[in-house]
Amino acid sequence: MHPFALATVDDTAEAVAAHARDPQAAFIAGGTDLLGLVKDRAALPHRLLDINKLPGMARIEALPDGGLRVGALARMSDVAADPEVRRRFPAIAEALLFSASGQLRNMASMGGNIMQRTRCAYFRDEDDLPCNKRRPGSGCSALHGLNRNHAIFGWSDACVGTNSSDLAVALAALDARVVVRGPAGERTIPFADFHRLPGDTPERDNVLGRGDLIVSIEVPACAEGRASHYLKLRDRQSYEFALVSAAAAVATDGRRIRSVRLALGGVAPKPWRLQAAEMALREVSLDDSHCLEGAIATSFADARPLAHNAFKVELAQRVALRALQTAGARA
Amino acid sequence: MSNTTATREIHDVSTEQGAARVRVSMTVNGRVRGLTVESRTTLVDALREDLGLTGTKKACDRGECGACTVHVDGRRVLSCMTLAAMQDGKRITTIEGLERGGNLHPVQALFIEHDGFQCGFCTSGQIMSAVAMIEEAKVGWPSAATADVSRPFTVADLSAAEIRERMSGNLCRCACYPNIVDAVAEAAGRS
Repeated sequence: MHPFALATVDDTAEAVAAHARDPQAAFIAGGTDLLGLVKDRAALPHRLLDINKLPGMARIEALPDGGLRVGALARMSDVAADPEVRRRFPAIAEALLFSASGQLRNMASMGGNIMQRTRCAYFRDEDDLPCNKRRPGSGCSALHGLNRNHAIFGWSDACVGTNSSDLAVALAALDARVVVRGPAGERTIPFADFHRLPGDTPERDNVLGRGDLIVSIEVPACAEGRASHYLKLRDRQSYEFALVSAAAAVATDGRRIRSVRLALGGVAPKPWRLQAAEMALREVSLDDSHCLEGAIATSFADARPLAHNAFKVELAQRVALRALQTAGARA
Repeated sequence: MSNTTATREIHDVSTEQGAARVRVSMTVNGRVRGLTVESRTTLVDALREDLGLTGTKKACDRGECGACTVHVDGRRVLSCMTLAAMQDGKRITTIEGLERGGNLHPVQALFIEHDGFQCGFCTSGQIMSAVAMIEEAKVGWPSAATADVSRPFTVADLSAAEIRERMSGNLCRCACYPNIVDAVAEAAGRS
């Protein structure tokens, strides 16, 4: 493995300052993504800052108003097992439980999860193939290469990779917020604004800059939270990244949809909210699958499949429908 | 090695090879072990190369197979995807640390009884994973095989489908899965 120095930080302000002053430094918490990137030479940090001892950042708080605040250092397995997370936002617990393996969930942090980089095989390849995310300006091997697993929404000629976090899909659907401590103090980023589309700068996955440290993730209380579900389809049943996934959350009057939140995973460089479908689904009966299908289809008019992933256009609509119906059964 | 700021350098960057060296102390199978490792040394390499505990296997080295599973502070983790230098003060258990007074751990004995392996390369990881997984089920952790995560989970709900899902992080290329599931199910039932 590429050599690096290692320092442990036990104060948040110092962690921010140490990261801000060293462009070759990276934070490490669970390390499950970062160490893989270093082994594959897709990340070459000179210095790792171990943030595991930062105080108070592993808390899971069920807020009195029905919301949730989860420290960035909380482990995926602890959040997934938390009774209030499971009761208030089952889609979050499910998205975590459908991720990785039991061992990795014990290691990986919530902040690290939403920072994980694409699983595009060209990006991860040890042979350093052309990849604009890995080496800006070198080209995108997947654009005209093997792109079955790649995006149908939001991609650019510079990058067609997808975001591989399951958790992020659920958080996007639930309008979570990312609380960040940076050199200029603390700020809160709406989840929809956290990840970036690739455009001409695919090397930047999100809006964080030097010295920015995720301290917590907040999920506001919402009427749809309890009737939420995360559905994940993949090439094998377990321990695999999503081919297509969906998070759905719904509030109803009887069987009629009052409001709904839908987000897809595995189809775009960031979690993909289906806003047109959410509008079209209002007042539709959960029992009218023909009408549900038509409403979901309104979000697919701008789908742009690649050579090998046209199947995702239909599959994603079916996954969204089934996620919505399962969530609806919980309403 | 350390200074007065909150950033504590735990390495010496002045080594000739350019690879920083780190002092680390951890309790491995009940014994306090102090060692000096490169900051980039993974836990699996420290266990195998520095401590001679070769029961823990290194296979994919990417967190994809589970062969390197050990317990850190009682939790199952992948020793290939964590740094030895980050384990200072931690309690590590490897496959060598499961037996008590010459008697195999019940999960070890049941893997033999149910013929839960062929080549054996994944077996220590399978057993370490199973031992901790049963504890996770006992404290009520749900899994992706749990139909309704909002309801409490008890170890009585640990069906074969639950065991397969919870053990999916451990691959067996000899495909001994049916026998592994039987061994784990019996161990969970007895515990």
